[in-house]
Amino acid sequence: MAKKLMKGNEAIGEAAVCAGALNYFAYPITPQSEVAEYLCWRLPEVGGAFVQAESEVAVGNMLFGAACSGKRVFTTSSSPGISLMQEAISYMAGAHLPVVLINIMRGGPGLGGILPAQSDYFQATKGGGHGDYRTLVLAPASVQEAVDLTILAFDLADKYRNPVMIIGDAMIGQMMESVEFPEKYREQNDPAESDWALNGAKGRESRILKSLYLDPEKLDENSFMLANKYDMMKKDEIRYELYNISEKNRLLVVSYGTMSRVIQTAIDEIGEEEGISVGLMRPITLYPFPGQQLYDEAVKPNIEKVLSIEMSVGQMVEDVERFVRGKKPVEFSGRTGGIVPTPDDVKGYIRKSLGIEK
Amino acid sequence: MINDATTIFKRPESLSETVTHYCPGCTHGIIHRMVAESLDELNLRERAVGVAPVGCSVFIYNYFNCDFMEAPHGRAPALATGFKRTRPDMICFTYQGDGDLASIGMGEIVHAANRGEKITVIFVNNAIYGMTGGQMAPTTMPGQKTTTSPFGRDTNLAGYPIRMAELLATLRTPSFIARCSTQTPMHIVAAKKIIKKAFRLQKEEKCFSLVEVLSTCPTNWGITPCDATQWIIDNMEPYYKLGVLKDPEKGEG
Repeated sequence: MAKKLMKGNEAIGEAAVCAGALNYFAYPITPQSEVAEYLCWRLPEVGGAFVQAESEVAVGNMLFGAACSGKRVFTTSSSPGISLMQEAISYMAGAHLPVVLINIMRGGPGLGGILPAQSDYFQATKGGGHGDYRTLVLAPASVQEAVDLTILAFDLADKYRNPVMIIGDAMIGQMMESVEFPEKYREQNDPAESDWALNGAKGRESRILKSLYLDPEKLDENSFMLANKYDMMKKDEIRYELYNISEKNRLLVVSYGTMSRVIQTAIDEIGEEEGISVGLMRPITLYPFPGQQLYDEAVKPNIEKVLSIEMSVGQMVEDVERFVRGKKPVEFSGRTGGIVPTPDDVKGYIRKSLGIEK
Repeated sequence: MINDATTIFKRPESLSETVTHYCPGCTHGIIHRMVAESLDELNLRERAVGVAPVGCSVFIYNYFNCDFMEAPHGRAPALATGFKRTRPDMICFTYQGDGDLASIGMGEIVHAANRGEKITVIFVNNAIYGMTGGQMAPTTMPGQKTTTSPFGRDTNLAGYPIRMAELLATLRTPSFIARCSTQTPMHIVAAKKIIKKAFRLQKEEKCFSLVEVLSTCPTNWGITPCDATQWIIDNMEPYYKLGVLKDPEKGEG
């Protein structure tokens, strides 16, 4: 299919249609309201359903009900809205339901701001709501990758019957880039073929989708069933990208999303201009985190330090520290509040980390 | 002569054989049966999906022979909305108590009704929180003693009980809204007709339907089952008037 110039938010909407996800529930919130503005006319064209809910609390629970049908369902929102959905996300994880949630992050805490930030790493990767559960988290760094990961997210949600979250900063939603969609659009899941969805107790026992287990043995069993899924994800779903890795690298930078693209420019420039060699690891799955892969890169003898650069006050850095296991010093640099560090800023972070005066 | 015997009364197919956990004198069992009979008579069981609340009826899914999902507290109408929009060919109903629907779930029920979701809501009002042990609900009567209003509901601090059926009937969107009760067999017969109509309207893809059912809670009211039915007559019915408040088939929708 020919390349199109599209705004990230609209491209994400079309990607969902492409994935056969035609049931969308949302509440307006900057900086991602364009998704709903796009899908409110696009979904009826393809026989889909869009409900503009009364709140994000309702969105989360509409997703819960809709996911019980076995069809592909999703929402898009931004940080404060995602907070309001956490109740339902916890319930859906407990009830083993596939759902895709796309968080176009803004700065926080509280109402925060509406500009790009990566403030929701903890919330997305450490559970978010109450209870022993995880969401699989994907982080795109371009509009094209937002499309590709949106399509992948639905496959992974179905595969694991677990919530999958995409976290992109406002830049991913707001910028226009050229994108290409697959030629073939996927059909919706057929609920009649599902062996778990609520499709009517005809000729079979009734089915119950729930997260309530008052018997501690049963709750323990369900919680470890979830944990086993996360172990499978750790084995099969880790995705990451390496950039400019060489034996000359003195520093290993870890970064995801839009921030990682600025870092690539900074790495190119500081290499050419100052002869400083820096490698980048970009996790694409934030949960499960490419921890062993990070460790393997970090322990290489040429690496002096590991530097996590984020559009936050330092969240992913805690995982970086955890996986580097004290083998190398781990540092953090970043800005938040909607400030995207420039390549010059990043070069400053690199020099500072390596103790280089300019 | 056994061959001449005719079954005139049996367990509805939509009800399972599980013994309920409800207290003696509680009318949840009667209301479950009315819902189950309605599903049977309208031939809806095999495409029915229920949404269980949080409250005494949280285990309703064990007592029915149809598919169920278990909602977070108060959110059942949002789940039903999501399911029904995704599967408009199915029948979806919620079964909620007064804490669930009129307190924590106020937002979800009002907006589901206002969007005119083609779902059926069975709203069981017993003027108290049952499962958590008898706390004050938004529907608790003025002066009624509960564990969180031991001197009686003070309307200066807690306001007056919310009349959900009346509140929802003010919405312009067409819907079927009715209140019925369970205190005598005569009331139960009338309630059954109303509940069945609520499901029929969904079957015919007509409108949102909600039936508020006044129900007993002898355990948390601290009285006997017989006194509990009288308590509905003396205390609840004068305030929560019975009848159909909104009916699309009577030009009132």
